[in-house]
Amino acid sequence: MQSEMMKRASELLADGTVVRVLGWKNGEFVYDPTPAVFDSAEALEKDFVYHDFCGSNLSKYLIKLSKLEGKTLVFLKPCDSYSFNQLLTEHRIKRENVYIIGVPCDGKLDPDKVREAGAEGILGITTDGDTVKAETMYGEVSVSKKDCLLERCEVCKSHKVVVYDEMLGENGEENPESGRFDMVAKLEAMTPEERFAFWRGELSRCIRCNACRNICPACSCEQCVFDNPASGVSQKAAADSFEENMFHIIRAFHVAGRCTDCGECSRVCPQHIPLHLLNRKFIKDINTYYGEYQAGAEEGSRAPLVNFTKEDCEPNVVYKGGSK
Amino acid sequence: MQVNQEFKPKIVAFCCNWCSYAGADLAGTNRSNYPADVKIIRVPCSCRVNPLFILRAFQRGADGVILCGCHPGDCHYTTGNYYARRRMTLLFSMLDYLGIEKERTRVEWVSAAEGAKFAATMNEFVETVTALGENKRLEDLRCKAK
Amino acid sequence: MRRIGVFVCHCGTNIAATVDVKTVAETLGKEPAVVYATDYPYMCSEAGQNIIKDAIKEYQLEGVVVCSCSPRMHEATFRKTVAAAGLNPYMLEVANIREQCSWIHKDIPEATAKAIVLGRAAIAKVLLNTPLIAGESPVTKRALVIGGGIAGIQTALDIAEAGYPVDIVEKEPTIGGKMTQIDKTFPTLDCSSCILTPKMVECAQNDKITIYSYSEVEAVTGFVGNFSVKIRRKARFVDEDKCTGCGACTEKCPVKNIPDAYNLGLSNRHAAYIPFAQAIPNVAVLDSTRCIKLTKGKCGLCSTVCSAGAIDYEQKETFVEEKYGAIVAATGYNPINIDGYDEFAYSQSKDVVTSLEFERILKADGPTEGHLQRLSDGKQPKTLVFVQCVGSRESGSQHGCGKEYCSKICCMYTAKHAMLCREKYPDTDVYVFYIDVRTPGKNYDEFYRRAVEQYGVHYIKGMVGKVAPQSDGTLDVQASDLISNEQLHIKADMVVLAAAIEADKSARPLATMLTASMDTNDFFTEAHAKLRPVESPTAGVFLSGVCQGPKDIPETVAQAGAAASKVIGLLAKDKLSCNPCVSHSDPMKCNGCSSCANVCPYGAITYEEKDFSRRQDGSMIRRVAVVNEAVCQGCGACTVACPSGAMDLKGFATGQIMAEVDAICK
Repeated sequence: MQSEMMKRASELLADGTVVRVLGWKNGEFVYDPTPAVFDSAEALEKDFVYHDFCGSNLSKYLIKLSKLEGKTLVFLKPCDSYSFNQLLTEHRIKRENVYIIGVPCDGKLDPDKVREAGAEGILGITTDGDTVKAETMYGEVSVSKKDCLLERCEVCKSHKVVVYDEMLGENGEENPESGRFDMVAKLEAMTPEERFAFWRGELSRCIRCNACRNICPACSCEQCVFDNPASGVSQKAAADSFEENMFHIIRAFHVAGRCTDCGECSRVCPQHIPLHLLNRKFIKDINTYYGEYQAGAEEGSRAPLVNFTKEDCEPNVVYKGGSK
Repeated sequence: MQVNQEFKPKIVAFCCNWCSYAGADLAGTNRSNYPADVKIIRVPCSCRVNPLFILRAFQRGADGVILCGCHPGDCHYTTGNYYARRRMTLLFSMLDYLGIEKERTRVEWVSAAEGAKFAATMNEFVETVTALGENKRLEDLRCKAK
Repeated sequence: MRRIGVFVCHCGTNIAATVDVKTVAETLGKEPAVVYATDYPYMCSEAGQNIIKDAIKEYQLEGVVVCSCSPRMHEATFRKTVAAAGLNPYMLEVANIREQCSWIHKDIPEATAKAIVLGRAAIAKVLLNTPLIAGESPVTKRALVIGGGIAGIQTALDIAEAGYPVDIVEKEPTIGGKMTQIDKTFPTLDCSSCILTPKMVECAQNDKITIYSYSEVEAVTGFVGNFSVKIRRKARFVDEDKCTGCGACTEKCPVKNIPDAYNLGLSNRHAAYIPFAQAIPNVAVLDSTRCIKLTKGKCGLCSTVCSAGAIDYEQKETFVEEKYGAIVAATGYNPINIDGYDEFAYSQSKDVVTSLEFERILKADGPTEGHLQRLSDGKQPKTLVFVQCVGSRESGSQHGCGKEYCSKICCMYTAKHAMLCREKYPDTDVYVFYIDVRTPGKNYDEFYRRAVEQYGVHYIKGMVGKVAPQSDGTLDVQASDLISNEQLHIKADMVVLAAAIEADKSARPLATMLTASMDTNDFFTEAHAKLRPVESPTAGVFLSGVCQGPKDIPETVAQAGAAASKVIGLLAKDKLSCNPCVSHSDPMKCNGCSSCANVCPYGAITYEEKDFSRRQDGSMIRRVAVVNEAVCQGCGACTVACPSGAMDLKGFATGQIMAEVDAICK
């Protein structure tokens, strides 16, 4: 796939369709590739990579890149394409300045899980079906891909790229039976005391590094309320337990109805806080109370929190049903 | 349930200017009693109430927060309370999900004519929150220090 | 820090009896920003206002907190006060220590403590207030009156008299309303039509008045001075301009068995009809549900007999869009449906009628041509029983349609009916069953006394328990006399039920369109029950007639004139100052995501491409929100929809509300 992508990117650069390419290059290690912009075939040749550690969602970077002169070529995985649509809906990306190549995805790897499966000191990987061959400092190690997937890929909601100018390879299908809400349901079934204990256990680890916010395509405000002294909630660090809660509740609320469940927040959290469980709670509630809604599934759809019906349930639905 | 007689809860009530604040005024005009623990903040519409305000109140030591607005369909601004209804439903559900007593949050629709309902709602809410006791899960102890 | 002054009002003893006002003033005086604090028996009095004005000058106050009654009562008063002393009127906050404190709490220390907290919250807020300057918006010098009964007619005539154009929208084919159906009016017993129809004609002839009959309000947008209204003109299948009202079509129309609404179904009309002889406009209507041509495509008789060529089977409903500065609701009332009152045998016997049906029987253009007759056999009744409060003052809902309120007009019209029976037919026996007789009003009680003393009407305090039709055609009225405490059986020929009145069903959806509030009985709420009785709390919307609450004709006409004078007062202005408490967006923080525009009910938010040339990150031109301050009404929906907090509301800013929260929770 990597070579096909590079070939197509070089062609589009050469014929002037695009002036730059947004893709990935390896970071310090092979398992932490970062988004990168390439402006020539030479640059692509030098650094462009695409492998199963390339999990990051590129759509957010187009907010700025699409405002530059000339078209940007971007490779969008299914997850990223939902985010892209959502950003289009919010007028954040200039569509005419973007050329999208859709790339199919059957899951990305969680470096921690790969390590746990026995592949320490990874220098390079190749994937063939379910077999991931890792070249390590200690020799070649094979691990099973399905054992090492990122959480979000284990419960992938859709293999379908929803917006593209061209597809490389075959587009996939939506996966409504992903079971992505199972953990939310499990939490809902607990007692309030258990839930409180669970979340204290998770959120108390937060170091307010803001990685979740910075990676999130929905958290792309010009200025975040938590950085705005006039908002009354600006904080650099969480000084106490409430502020940890406050930050994460408000962050989840601000993206509620706009979050496409791309899972980047949990992927990048250095403290391994399952932040996606907050976002998925909102998504699950929205689906339950206001009908199925997938942010980014189509451009221009109206987010549930800027919408209503006269027959909406009353807030006391929270006291009656659902969680105990 | 054991009720601590000494405990006086702090209750913040956000009331929309057109219906519920007027309903609260009517409760006063009718001399309908409700506990002094309830303090009202006037907002133009229930849709002005940002989840931030509610969290802030809890952070600063409120034991219960109630939002009152016009009945759905009667919003002075036509649609404001419909948005408030969705926002609060999701926010309260989230607080519950985080293990925070959901009984501490409430939305009630009170029209300008419902002074009696306003008083009854406040009496009942204060009773509920008093039974729950002090809000410990949400309070910022640092802010409470005198 | 700003210099704040605090003024604590005693409101006589209204506040001072339960709140220790001296302690409140003293305690608030120690708040860091407060440089002056005092108390006074009546802050809203001239002397009280002078204390505020003097203090502003003497202590160079930059913000004022008045602890008094509800801001809904006197915020406007105190804003003027501070403005008179040179402060911006929005540098004022009112702490409501009467309605929301002294009046609801009995314990003095507790109420005092709460008053102090409320005062602190107001101080915290006023410290963050910003001077606001109200913008101006022009006034469209045209009024809309919704409803063409006597209320709407009088309001329209009075507005037109002052020289302003006014449109009447009436859902029926003619204006006139309920008063057209009434025979005589109390307390003078003059003929209803004789005093109403000249006014109807005047409406038609006044070149300032446009009548949209057979029309309904479809949509209302805008705000005081600048309403935009869409009016749906239903197809009447008759060209209003060509029809001469000759009535040829109505005579020739072969469909004759349609219950005539004008006679409350007591007689029939044709599918082509003019509601009644004095209809305005005097134009025929084809009943689209019954006309053979319109339903089956055949017939066409009316078209052949119409010499004016006015019949138009192809006519479609049309829409008129017009701008108005003021809107008057005059949607009136209807008697409740009393089919559920089985105990009175209303559905079982033709000789049990409602009072409005009785009016039709008494009136010369009614089903009996004004002769008092039983509808079952055409005989003149000898014994009549009137039952008051049918569905009025009914607690609980045993019938599903009863009203807790007093319908107000029934006592008087029942006395009138009883009197008319006895006057025209001295051989009749007339009984009136009542809970209370309520006849306050000029010459009203005298009128009722005449019915009893001069006309010998039998007034019996008590309720009728059952009306049972007998095989001989009479009605057995079983009742209790509460004064003599005995059970009565009256063999009556006719029973008349004073059915409660209720707001017209069109009022509720109209209130939604107008964003005007209603009470639990679907009567429009007035801005102030005593001081602003003809204004709705929604600026620019006025109330005329029964849509605000039950009232009789003299009261309706008085209120109609009052509503008109308020409208005239509004239309006389060239510009209105806008509410300055509106939203504004910080372009530096705005994402341009349209969340705010999605929730704005007024379409007040648009977007522009703004050049941020000093930014170095490449995103120099961005889409940002712009609020039209003349259109924004200040609800604040956008402020919460905005994820970045770029949108804020003047007067109710996030920072201000947070400061109140903090002060209360401290």
